Amino acid sequence: MIALENHKADLISFFGSQPLAVLATHNKGQPYGSLVAFAATQDLDHLVFSTTRSTRKYANLSADPRVAMVIDNRSNHPSDLRFARAVTATGRAEEIPKDTSGDFLGVYLNKHRHLEDFVSSPSCALIKIRVEVYYLVTRFQNVVEIHLT
Amino acid sequence: MTAFILTLDQVEEGHGPMVGGKALSLAAMHKNGFPVPPAVCITVEAYRHYVAATGLADQIVLDLYRKPFEEMRWEEIWDTALRIRNAFLKTPVPEDLKEMLIREFESRFSTQPVSVRSSAPGEDSSKTSFAGLHESFVNIRGPQAILEHTRLVWASLWSDRALLYRQEIGLDVRTSAMAVLVQEMILGERSGIIFGRSPTDPGLSVVEAVYGLNQGLVDGTIEPDRWNLDRKTGRILSHVPVVRDKAMRPGHHGARIEPLLPTLQARPPLAESELTEVYRLCMRSEAIFHSPQDMEWTYRGRDLYALQSRPITTDLITEQNDQRPWYLSLHQSFENLKVLRAKIEEDLIPAMEQEARDLAAMDLGSLSNSELAGEIDRRRRIHRQWLDIYKRDCIPFAHGMRLFGQVYNDRVQPDDPFEFVGLLSETGMVSTRRNEMLQELADVIQHDATLSDCLKNEPVEHCGGIFAEKFNALVSQFGDIAWGESRFIQDPKDLLSLLMEMGGSSSDVKGQGKKGLETLQEDFLSMFDDDQRSMALDILDIGRASYRLRDDDNIYLGKIEGQVLAAVEEGRSRLAKQPPVVVKDMDRDHLSDALQGEGTITSQGKASSDAGQGKPHFVAARQIVGQPAGPGLATGKARVISQHSDLFQFKRGDILVCDAIDPGMTFVIPLASAVVERRGGMLIHGAIIAREYGLPCVTGVTDATRWIKTGDILTVDGYLGMVIIGESNLSHKT
Repeated sequence: MIALENHKADLISFFGSQPLAVLATHNKGQPYGSLVAFAATQDLDHLVFSTTRSTRKYANLSADPRVAMVIDNRSNHPSDLRFARAVTATGRAEEIPKDTSGDFLGVYLNKHRHLEDFVSSPSCALIKIRVEVYYLVTRFQNVVEIHLT
Repeated sequence: MTAFILTLDQVEEGHGPMVGGKALSLAAMHKNGFPVPPAVCITVEAYRHYVAATGLADQIVLDLYRKPFEEMRWEEIWDTALRIRNAFLKTPVPEDLKEMLIREFESRFSTQPVSVRSSAPGEDSSKTSFAGLHESFVNIRGPQAILEHTRLVWASLWSDRALLYRQEIGLDVRTSAMAVLVQEMILGERSGIIFGRSPTDPGLSVVEAVYGLNQGLVDGTIEPDRWNLDRKTGRILSHVPVVRDKAMRPGHHGARIEPLLPTLQARPPLAESELTEVYRLCMRSEAIFHSPQDMEWTYRGRDLYALQSRPITTDLITEQNDQRPWYLSLHQSFENLKVLRAKIEEDLIPAMEQEARDLAAMDLGSLSNSELAGEIDRRRRIHRQWLDIYKRDCIPFAHGMRLFGQVYNDRVQPDDPFEFVGLLSETGMVSTRRNEMLQELADVIQHDATLSDCLKNEPVEHCGGIFAEKFNALVSQFGDIAWGESRFIQDPKDLLSLLMEMGGSSSDVKGQGKKGLETLQEDFLSMFDDDQRSMALDILDIGRASYRLRDDDNIYLGKIEGQVLAAVEEGRSRLAKQPPVVVKDMDRDHLSDALQGEGTITSQGKASSDAGQGKPHFVAARQIVGQPAGPGLATGKARVISQHSDLFQFKRGDILVCDAIDPGMTFVIPLASAVVERRGGMLIHGAIIAREYGLPCVTGVTDATRWIKTGDILTVDGYLGMVIIGESNLSHKT
């Protein structure tokens, strides 16, 4: 298997170029998708996003931490099928307690400075996804799996 | 590299989009040998670099587009502008840009006083007049101070005034930018403006002049001498002198009003020969720019300087229902606010109280039907007159809070742009006193089982002298306050059941959390030098009076409206005895006609809302964004208030949902766990009283009373300004 190291720099720059990602959660088997502002840690072990605790996605991931996230650079044009890339990550979500959020918060605000007020609100939660697998999709059908655990 | 800064010599004809109209015309005057103060222009590129490198650009988008503009009230727009301004205050200029600007300021101005003026591309266009949308500052000294004021001018690209006229000036978050003119300050002894062509008479030129700096004239605090000149020849046709008693002079920072020496009071600021000189300057400018000019000028000694020149603009064509000029007029100077305050406290409120007392003293029962009809009409007229006075004098005084807020934020630069409200609250509002009396009565009932049982079956008078006395005191002080079509004490039974509900744990005024009042005040005052502290206290005092009166004047107005309703109720009870007329819900518009036996009785039932019966789909709101007007989180049942009886069904822990909170209905606030209001703003009644009680509050929730039904489970997020409808697990984990 090809090591993560070979893809690391490329993935870091790809994740850096995309502010938003699609998060998938579920409620008793009913899938639910949401757009979130995300960031990736340097080691790519974690993806981080924020949400208020009153949202469905928060309720869903509290009940079952298994989630997926899609990061892509599509322009909503037919040529995307050949030119766009997508990365699907699967893993487990966990709220980061405010007092220990240091590094993750830094990673997140470094990318989304304008969300500082939002994230610091007492009603907002910072969530990390411990990534288990990255699925790298290029040219529509090329798929490479990177297993982290 | 793109230039961040240009001297007037470097500004060329095509540079308008980079330096703005003000800088462009000054550069043209400078090149044509006009006496203009030395200046540099910080181009829009510097603004763009600043907002892009710091992430402010994204933050502005996030804040501006919280709600569609067309759904925002002026108060919300003001709040938004304040938040954006605070973001600029908190965001330092990136080091590279800062170093470069500081170096330039240092070498060009050293510690010379300068003015820092807005020069927005698109501003000063010849089509329409938008003076005063952006900020300018005078008498600023030293590179650091110039840089700080540059940021404030940048922030004013998004001032409430600019946002109100966003369409006309083409304000666009993706493209708009601000240039800044830093101009050596000419400390003139006499200043003014000239209109090369009078806006009202094309045959005239008009000169206005004051002693001191121009700011007093421009912001309306100092009335100028005025001359009409023949536009063709410059001959003086008429002079309108004024009482000259003060002048705007440069102070330690900025400018301040000083009394005028008696020798100067007697003499107009300009001699005839000087008027001619000003006129000629203006005509020269007109020749360069090929259109009549509106110029600002100043005399230092015998030397005349041109400060700015722009094309004369036609007034905005104001459509009849355009409220914006009125909103703009709400920006009151400190001087005006002091005058308004005295008027409201010393004249208007006592007069309102007297009016309500006089009306209450009248024996309505002794009037004939026809006399009663006349009395209803008379009372409605009186109420309308007071409404007009309220709009003219009381609403503008609410700007005192805003003025204080701006001073506070400039000095303290707090993280929370609304921290200043903490210093304004707990000022003993009348509505809070009413609520304290209610709570006191509720506590008595709570601790006296005999009294409580008695009140369930007997009238108040039969249930203990002291309680009845206190109850009557409450009724006589507040019983007449109107809300909607009813008075507070429409039915004593309602009030008693409310008191029963209020028993139990008391809901005191909680005030602010984090910082105590005294700490806040000390922190604020410590930001001022000794000699400025009394001025700071004066502004705080005006802010507090403004905050308190904003609520109180409504209570007094409500008492007058209560007297309209007293007469209307008398009419209703008489008509009820004359079947078959249905009068229960008849409104005040129709009663006096009906009493006189005129007019047709139309159905008074409320128009039915779209009930959605039989629709196969349903649409429901899950989460609605409004304005965060009181921090905190709460979950509870919604109680939508649309009529009087809704108020008296209020249960402890309910969330108050309404269209617009009025002090006449805030007696239920001690029972509420949160407040949701359709009308938006941080400084409106709902927000003010919610903050007094430390309740989460979200205002500006569009269609709040349409989306939310009584009994819905709501979560109110007062930190982020959101309301979540339906179960959420927010309460389980915070």
